[in-house]
Amino acid sequence: MIKTRIIAVVLVKDGIAVQSIGFKKYLPIGSPLIAIKFLDSWGVDEIVVLHMDGNNPTTAEVNAYAKNCNVPLSIGGGINDIDKVKAIIHSGADKVIINSALITKPHIVTETATMFGSQSIIASIDAYLSDDGKYSAKYNSGYKYSNYTALDLAQHAQELGAGEILLNSINNDGSKNGYDLALLKLALDKLDIPVIICGGVGHPKHMFEAINLGVSGVAAANFFHFSEHSVITVKKYLTNQIENKIRLDSYANYEGFNFFPNGRINKLVDNELESLRFHYIPEEKI
Amino acid sequence: MGKIVIVDYGMGNVTSVQNALTILNIDSKISKCPIEISHAKAAILPGVGAFHAAMENIVKLGILDALNELVINKKRPFLGICLGLQLIAEDSVESIYTKGFGWIKGNVYKIPAETNLPVPHVGWNNVLESRENIILSGINDASHFYFDHSYYLDCPEQYIVANSNYGNKFVAAVQKDNIFAVQFHPEKSQRSGLRLLRNFSNFVENY
Repeated sequence: MIKTRIIAVVLVKDGIAVQSIGFKKYLPIGSPLIAIKFLDSWGVDEIVVLHMDGNNPTTAEVNAYAKNCNVPLSIGGGINDIDKVKAIIHSGADKVIINSALITKPHIVTETATMFGSQSIIASIDAYLSDDGKYSAKYNSGYKYSNYTALDLAQHAQELGAGEILLNSINNDGSKNGYDLALLKLALDKLDIPVIICGGVGHPKHMFEAINLGVSGVAAANFFHFSEHSVITVKKYLTNQIENKIRLDSYANYEGFNFFPNGRINKLVDNELESLRFHYIPEEKI
Repeated sequence: MGKIVIVDYGMGNVTSVQNALTILNIDSKISKCPIEISHAKAAILPGVGAFHAAMENIVKLGILDALNELVINKKRPFLGICLGLQLIAEDSVESIYTKGFGWIKGNVYKIPAETNLPVPHVGWNNVLESRENIILSGINDASHFYFDHSYYLDCPEQYIVANSNYGNKFVAAVQKDNIFAVQFHPEKSQRSGLRLLRNFSNFVENY
């Protein structure tokens, strides 16, 4: 049975991986390459790398990201013409993420779909919930309003040939209060292509809520940088809650561990830890 | 003899396949040259995108002749990935009816809308072995592989070595003698994928 994807988003600003809060404040994490390497080794299902401020990722950068990545790699960052798409895909990316170009140069979606297939494009929608209860689609790192509602833009992208939708909640970004489930429900009802939700994870249960609605992928950026083995502990938490929806096949799987209320792994009792001191785990050589 | 050649016809993430083989310390060469292809130790044919566009490129570049020479005449090992699985069939009923390689009986169809599931079929899914097979050696039914496709292959039971399920059961892997092909992406399926590529490489070495 198909599993819900646990997707890590690595946000890059001026060559540094960062955390984002409300699309306005950015805190540095470190090297994007190290982030990718660790996330991959922790068994993440897919990796998205987004270069901000419309800075196009260079072929050298994409090459380096791809070398360290054994799962599908999607790249975004000011992609608005077919030559940029070609360069990025030929450098090792599996998919490109189109965001502002959905508004400024939408034909790029159809061009890319024709050349590389729909599965190579993810349309990224930045949804902003205003006081009147409506979801607008913003672009340019959330600075500009488009003439579309978030849902209409997503549908438009689907019609243009996008293979998937990455739905970001600007309001929830960095809030740690969970995804915008109301937004997600609207999208799942309206669209025929797979949807990935992003923005607001602070606890593994937030992902559980979205998985229950039938989303294709749950994504988080900041969240996976908060702790070691974050991907694995989240997957363990989720497999405890819901059967047959999550892929957890890393050697470390936290079988038999408990969770704190805050969603983090509880440490083992001291005598168990003592007995682990001399436990040899040989590395599997494939 | 030559190396394992990763066939480049302009549609497919050849770099990812080579990256995966490099991690396994397996030598490979990316090539679109028919002479190199027809003299390879083995060939891997990745592919994403449209069937008819792929066939157009493959025929135009002289690659179909080269692959026929290598795989059908010389019977060297072959691994098709994703579109590479669909291309070896007889034909596809995609937007434009197109003939494939014709190496195995079978046709390519769109994933039906009646399943009510989003299309493309994208994500990690189980692959269930239907008969024991060298390509899946050491990989059990609990293993997952990454899929990303809107079309699937329908072919005779005798070639099917593994299935997967997305609304309906569909073909995940086939084998006909020296010809292997998989619907999923082993080069993007972390350890399961690396194990499969290692199995293929071992097959090539012991062939």
